[in-house]
Amino acid sequence: MTISLPALLSQLLLGLVNGSFYAILSLGLAVIFGLLNVINFAHGALFMMGAIVTWMAMNYWDISYWVMLVAAPLIVGVFGVLIERLLLRWIYKLDHLYGLLLTLGLTLLIEGAFRSAYGVSGLSYDTPDALTGATDMGFMMLPNYRAWVVVASLVVCFATWFLIEKTRIGAYLRAGTENPRLVEAFGVNVPLMITLTYGFGVALAALAGVLAAPVIQVSPLMGQNLIIVVFAVVVIGGMGSIMGSILTGLGLGVIEGLTKVFYPEASSTVVFIIMAVVLLIRPAGLFGKEK
Amino acid sequence: MSKSSWGYLLLLLALVAAPFVGAYPVFMMKLLCFALFASAFNLLLGYTGLLSFGHAAFLGGSAYIAGHAMKVWGFTPEVGLVLGTATGALLGWLFGLLAIRRQGIYFAMITLALAQMVFFVALQAKFTGGEDGLQGVPRGSLFGVLPLQSDLTMYFVTLVIVVAAFALIVRTIHSPFGQVLKGIKENEPRAISLGYDTHRFKLLAFVLSAALAGLAGSLKTLVLGFATLTDVHWTASGGVILMTLVGGLGTLSGPLVGAAVVILLENKIGEMGHGLASLTGIEWFTTLGESVTMVTGLIFVVCVLAFRRGIMGEIIAFLQRTRKA
Amino acid sequence: MTAKFPLSALMFATLLATGAAQAQDKVRIGFITDMSSLYADVDGKGGATAIQMAIDDFGGKVNGLPIELLSADHQNKADIAASKAREWIDTQGLSMLVGGTTSSAGLAMAKVAQEKKRVYIVNGAGSSALTNEQCSPYTVHYAYDTVALAKGTGGAVVAQGGKSWYFLTADYAFGAALEADTAKVVQSKGGTVAGGVKHPLNASDFSSFLLQAQNSKAQILGLANAGGDFISAVKAAREFGINKTMKMAGLLVFVTDVHSLGLKNTEGLLLTTSWDWNLDDASRAFGKRFFEKVKRMPTDIQAADYSATMTYLKAVQATKTLDADKVMEYIKKTPIDDFYAKGVVRPDGRFVHDMYLMQVKSPAESKQPWDYYKVVSKLKGEEVFTTKAESKCALWK
Repeated sequence: MTISLPALLSQLLLGLVNGSFYAILSLGLAVIFGLLNVINFAHGALFMMGAIVTWMAMNYWDISYWVMLVAAPLIVGVFGVLIERLLLRWIYKLDHLYGLLLTLGLTLLIEGAFRSAYGVSGLSYDTPDALTGATDMGFMMLPNYRAWVVVASLVVCFATWFLIEKTRIGAYLRAGTENPRLVEAFGVNVPLMITLTYGFGVALAALAGVLAAPVIQVSPLMGQNLIIVVFAVVVIGGMGSIMGSILTGLGLGVIEGLTKVFYPEASSTVVFIIMAVVLLIRPAGLFGKEK
Repeated sequence: MSKSSWGYLLLLLALVAAPFVGAYPVFMMKLLCFALFASAFNLLLGYTGLLSFGHAAFLGGSAYIAGHAMKVWGFTPEVGLVLGTATGALLGWLFGLLAIRRQGIYFAMITLALAQMVFFVALQAKFTGGEDGLQGVPRGSLFGVLPLQSDLTMYFVTLVIVVAAFALIVRTIHSPFGQVLKGIKENEPRAISLGYDTHRFKLLAFVLSAALAGLAGSLKTLVLGFATLTDVHWTASGGVILMTLVGGLGTLSGPLVGAAVVILLENKIGEMGHGLASLTGIEWFTTLGESVTMVTGLIFVVCVLAFRRGIMGEIIAFLQRTRKA
Repeated sequence: MTAKFPLSALMFATLLATGAAQAQDKVRIGFITDMSSLYADVDGKGGATAIQMAIDDFGGKVNGLPIELLSADHQNKADIAASKAREWIDTQGLSMLVGGTTSSAGLAMAKVAQEKKRVYIVNGAGSSALTNEQCSPYTVHYAYDTVALAKGTGGAVVAQGGKSWYFLTADYAFGAALEADTAKVVQSKGGTVAGGVKHPLNASDFSSFLLQAQNSKAQILGLANAGGDFISAVKAAREFGINKTMKMAGLLVFVTDVHSLGLKNTEGLLLTTSWDWNLDDASRAFGKRFFEKVKRMPTDIQAADYSATMTYLKAVQATKTLDADKVMEYIKKTPIDDFYAKGVVRPDGRFVHDMYLMQVKSPAESKQPWDYYKVVSKLKGEEVFTTKAESKCALWK
């Protein structure tokens, strides 16, 4: 099979779109792990909730996509806050692994609930009117919606990075990650910060879900396939590093796209191979700090 | 020691009598395989303190190799089982080499990633049959002389193998090697300072656990006649964690109980849901009954929050408390 | 430690809970199909309804024994299908197995049925291997198979001028069989296969596969998949403008797929089917009855489920036994004639009946909801399935 430039470019562009999802999701995961020390396995299910809540709103109450772009993350974010207050906070003192297991259980609960309501086949979700149609890039027709996804993701990622690295709130967050007692001694309400952080991370996942709905099929299991890859992304990037997660997410999306051109069968495995290699050479991840 | 031996003897008698009092042999065999799988996993988690999130790779990888050996190469069952166990050991050694250097969550992540690679290989490789799975694995004749087509014969052969493997696990736990493992779990730096090469011990435990998981997988293939992607999917890794957690980490009988509970739940949840619904008149129980996933998730959450010692763990703790009173 | 006693008690309770074999007090029909995933609409719970309708229409009893329907969701997993079938046969005294949509499950069930000597009527699983390389004396392939679909749609598209093909294939037994059979037809009629790509079953994103298809510069995009996969692929193809440079050939399309996509997106599509509810009065009558229960018109699989159940029950009644060998012998020598199809079951288990080449109507041509097809031609049964010369089945030599 001769590799043509159009083929290469088109897959790279698609890879960038996928990478945008990886970036937002791994960002949320990194933020949560950074402050709570919890591996939020439920991230995939919450991503799915964002998409399904949007679908429900569109289908049952005719609410527009643009409203849901803001509403869905809020709704799911509140749900995340509830999870943190009612369930997560009991396990902070325990081994990391219980956090993983608890959120794994949550994933099964959430996915199971939606699955029994909606089955596993896709629920159809149309692209919002303003974004339909495609632009002729010469080497392919790029659906406008996908371009929007990349732009929106970059904006969100950059905004989050700015918030955490350059603002005072972000400073409290970073300080709280390193030394919660001391920060509390300074009068900052650390438990509240933790709760809100979890809610924020969850909201990011839900936002990714709203963005993803027209691209991949909305189904109760849509998060399952994605979450394992996102984990790999976070581990490669380095847990707790914001910029690391964003760059790694985008980068891996592109690498996946490239693999699809040269050796399609390996495209699902390439992320894990990279992860194994990175863990051997740089155990804390490419951008991470050893905790 | 003798009191628990009595308990196990009783259990063995119950298992021997089971098919004659009306239990469905194929279901029992599936249960035995998973009980072995969970016990093998517990060796690593409960006794060495390493959480592997990729044990499905050993279960499924061995299942495929054993199945292929028996179906395509025409080997007799015992050769198939040996090949499967060896596959588990080999995979365990490879995984272990890469993962042992890391601790805690990173260790779990690496095992998950490696297991995913095994999954995708299984998906793509010609001989596994991908989505269709490896079907039609013959039961054959054990050692060439004992035909295994009859479910009853197969059941007793399975029972013997699983009991032997379990006995091996018990011996390992109670041996000096097992003591070192427990020491590593409780305080690795201390063990190192005492002069033990902890990496070597952990690797050995990993290989042993993987090999026995491989035996469980191969046995399952022989019994059911197929090996599919379900065996290498990460949900199988999650399942065995659940079984061990529910049954009781770090207890010998815990995984057995956990496996029984989880498998029973998976198979009978539909009926239980219906039963509860008609009993209480609440329709929602039927929906709950149809969703194995939801119930599994619920149990996970409850166990982690309130029930961390698992069934056997709680029972043992309770008995110890009453003994002291 | 006395902890082990409760353990043993638990184990014992477990054993008893697993159930024993039951005496033959009822005639049990087992229906296993995809009830919750991408094929749930083309067979699924509607299929169970169709079978129950057949049982009720038959009178609920045969040879003095009441008839019971057991149904289960195999979630497109061959191991669940095979285990459930085996469990029902061992512990519930099952006499007939039906269904199996998703060829990997269907093939697995056929093996169990063959081992345990039970009649298995396949509807929904398409792989022609069921009556070819993997034929069994207990399998009846009732509705359609990949050979018929290939000769029907494949042949018609090539005749229209679609000479170069690129395949988008679901990566499992059905997709592979459909692609292979269609490629053979295309090449035998002078066409070429430019290439193909396999996608995972129930894939979420077809974009990268479709771009590869577009880069092949072939005229025809052969969609060797079905149900949810077909729907997603068509949607994605439109999104990327692939439908402007390539013509789409849906190798297995159901009326529920057209309903989901809408006539705007599917008009002009050619497809092969074994039955449509709008064909004649008898079919319309069945369609109306089915619609009242399910609120959707039946697909040809669901109609086949009804017909297959009737055929089996009639055979049991005529032979006065549940013995699979005798029932199969009767089925293979007795012609079938009902609203679904007219024909005979061949020695290899293939039910030979006419198939229909249909074209999807334009929105203007459709007079009512679900009125989607117009008949292009009728394909004779003897010509459209595997011929004796091509067959590798030992039962038909």
